[in-house]
Amino acid sequence: MRELSYAEALREGLRQMMETDPSIFLIGEDIGVYGGAFGVTAGLIDQFGGQRVIDTPISEAGIAGACIGAALTGMRPVGEIQFMDFVTLSMEQLVLQAAKVRFMFGGKAKVPMVLRMPGGSGTGAAAQHSESLENWFVHVPGLKVVMPATPYDAKGLLISAIYDDNPVIFVEHKLLYKTKGDVPEKPYRIPLSQTHVVRQGQHVTVIATSIMVTRALAAADALAKEGIELEIIDPRTLKPLDDAPIIESVKKTGRALIVHEAVEIGGFGGEIAARIAGSEAFDYLEAPIRRLAGLDIPIPYNRELERNTVPQIENIIHEARKLAQTAY
Amino acid sequence: MTMKDVLSPTALSLYHELLETLGPEALKKMLLTMHTIRAFEERAEQLYAEGRVHGTMHLSIGQEATAVGASSAMIRSSGDAGDYLLNHHRGHGHCLAWGSSVDKMMAEFMGKETGYCRGRGGSMHIADVDSNNLGANGIVAGGVPIAVGVGLSIKMRGTSQVCLVIFGDGAANEGAFHEALNMASIWKLPIIFLCENNQYAMSMPYPKAFNIEKISQRAAGYGIHGETVDGNDVLAVYKAVSEAAQRARNGEGPSLIESITYRYKGHSKSDKQAYRTREEVQDWRDNRDPIMRFNALLVRTGVITEAEGEGMREQAVEIIDRAVAFSEASPDPDLKMIMDGVYA
Ligand SMILES: Cc1ncc(C[n+]2csc(CCOP(=O)(O)OP(=O)(O)O)c2C)c(N)n1
Ligand SMILES: [Mg+2]
Repeated sequence: MRELSYAEALREGLRQMMETDPSIFLIGEDIGVYGGAFGVTAGLIDQFGGQRVIDTPISEAGIAGACIGAALTGMRPVGEIQFMDFVTLSMEQLVLQAAKVRFMFGGKAKVPMVLRMPGGSGTGAAAQHSESLENWFVHVPGLKVVMPATPYDAKGLLISAIYDDNPVIFVEHKLLYKTKGDVPEKPYRIPLSQTHVVRQGQHVTVIATSIMVTRALAAADALAKEGIELEIIDPRTLKPLDDAPIIESVKKTGRALIVHEAVEIGGFGGEIAARIAGSEAFDYLEAPIRRLAGLDIPIPYNRELERNTVPQIENIIHEARKLAQTAY
Repeated sequence: MTMKDVLSPTALSLYHELLETLGPEALKKMLLTMHTIRAFEERAEQLYAEGRVHGTMHLSIGQEATAVGASSAMIRSSGDAGDYLLNHHRGHGHCLAWGSSVDKMMAEFMGKETGYCRGRGGSMHIADVDSNNLGANGIVAGGVPIAVGVGLSIKMRGTSQVCLVIFGDGAANEGAFHEALNMASIWKLPIIFLCENNQYAMSMPYPKAFNIEKISQRAAGYGIHGETVDGNDVLAVYKAVSEAAQRARNGEGPSLIESITYRYKGHSKSDKQAYRTREEVQDWRDNRDPIMRFNALLVRTGVITEAEGEGMREQAVEIIDRAVAFSEASPDPDLKMIMDGVYA
């Protein structure tokens, strides 16, 4: 099959949807001639013009609000927040407006919008440009949260998100933009809320999100040589979460390791751990559920400090190996 | 104003006025600082290209006059004796002009323990709290509302300090900017809002983001003093900021100063600059360069000789050489201390 990068896959998804549906438009900072800070929208302004690829002033509350208002009135906006960190400036509109209007209006309105944003560290951009804030949104009733890990998932999930009638927070990862993978040329949808078993294995279930899926796969390759087989699971949609495949897997392996980049305390891993512990998988656990996630510090600038703040392949290998060898 | 107007009657009268109040040594020092800023950033860019500095950086090459003019007009000292500075991502020049140590800045760029932020902050977060420099900011307009709190504190503590907050044209379109100006106005806080209009917010040309001719017009909406100055004329900036500081100290409240300037380099380290022409950049470089202009003024008025002017550039480069040597000899942060510094 044809290979595309994660950024190209997103762009192709946007382009194909815009070609067929005039209600879809893009709005964000520097998404036109600049092509977006990470190049995702490169060239789209040439094809669709400035009316549908709208460069905004630096006004994140305004971008979120513009998406909500347009979505309420028949459009399907796809907004871009240049770095996930800056979505903090959109929070009121997203949390108090987008997430709630439908419910407050007794189900009589809908907000079919997508807000794309790159999270994650690893670029040396320090504390205000490297955060992973996805779980903030998971905590808000009314929002959906999607986090693709591969080019294939990026395109298919983006198309589904665009056609979902709810506000979707679509979290990309800066370090994934250049990674390549097979992507069908024809438009296709990957349903939201469909957890994916990325790799099968019998010893340890590793539930990972975003770039941690890639790192977990590398760890699985290394551990396979030692005879330890990891089963890698990517929820892809954090909310609403399809937890059945996770529970099934843990029933099989009896061991669960959850890996994400966001700070461990209050992170998505806690939710997964609680789902496992509260399910029938509990009886099958042969070791305590483990989490491997970001340290409880802002992302530092220094390269070594930055690297050591979030899980790396060697940390996953170490934790998974330990877990495989642990028993109550 | 362009190179042709360096000795225009207005320029000369401003020059004579400031020569009188400041003296020739201060003017020479201003020029040297402008050279130091440029040399620092040129070196930082080179070190980045060589892989010795990582991350990203926002260079202010071409904007040195605003940094130096504004800082020179403030009282730079520590504690209650000094004014405050808050600035933004394109802030190396502001810090150097405020009197920051070149060594500690360079060490921060290299992620060293001896850097201003112990290697934790990098280019976008240089702060020197001991000299009332409350730091650069990675968030557009992030520092603007903080200035309100600083102004409020100055008022509550009853000192005669002033807070200078520097931000870009792009920042003036964040909601925080508007909230801050209004609060500063109704409480008559001693703040100078200095907007460095370098024509672009990343790729967004200023006329596309504003439906007004001058950002300083927004001052009227908040009932405060507003003016636009030639930001590539170090003396014009100095004068506007000094007057604003005086008004603030007199209890007359905040000012909004828009300083018209231009960034020569890309927005950050990943900018193809498709939104402007090479000719446009070259025109600013050739005809309005702030260092060239100020140098020409000082040479033609006899404050320095041409050779002295050239010597300053070399002097600046030596300062940077020493800073690089200092940084390279400095230790990296200790990994064991990774959890350090989050809580007081
Ligand atoms: C809240 C927020 N939005 C967007 C960005 C990304 N960003 C950083 S600088 C910048 C442009 C800022 O333009 P301006 O304020 O004019 O300052 P300049 O870079 O021109 O000095 C943008 C969009 C950011 N850092 N923070
Ligand atoms: Mg600007």
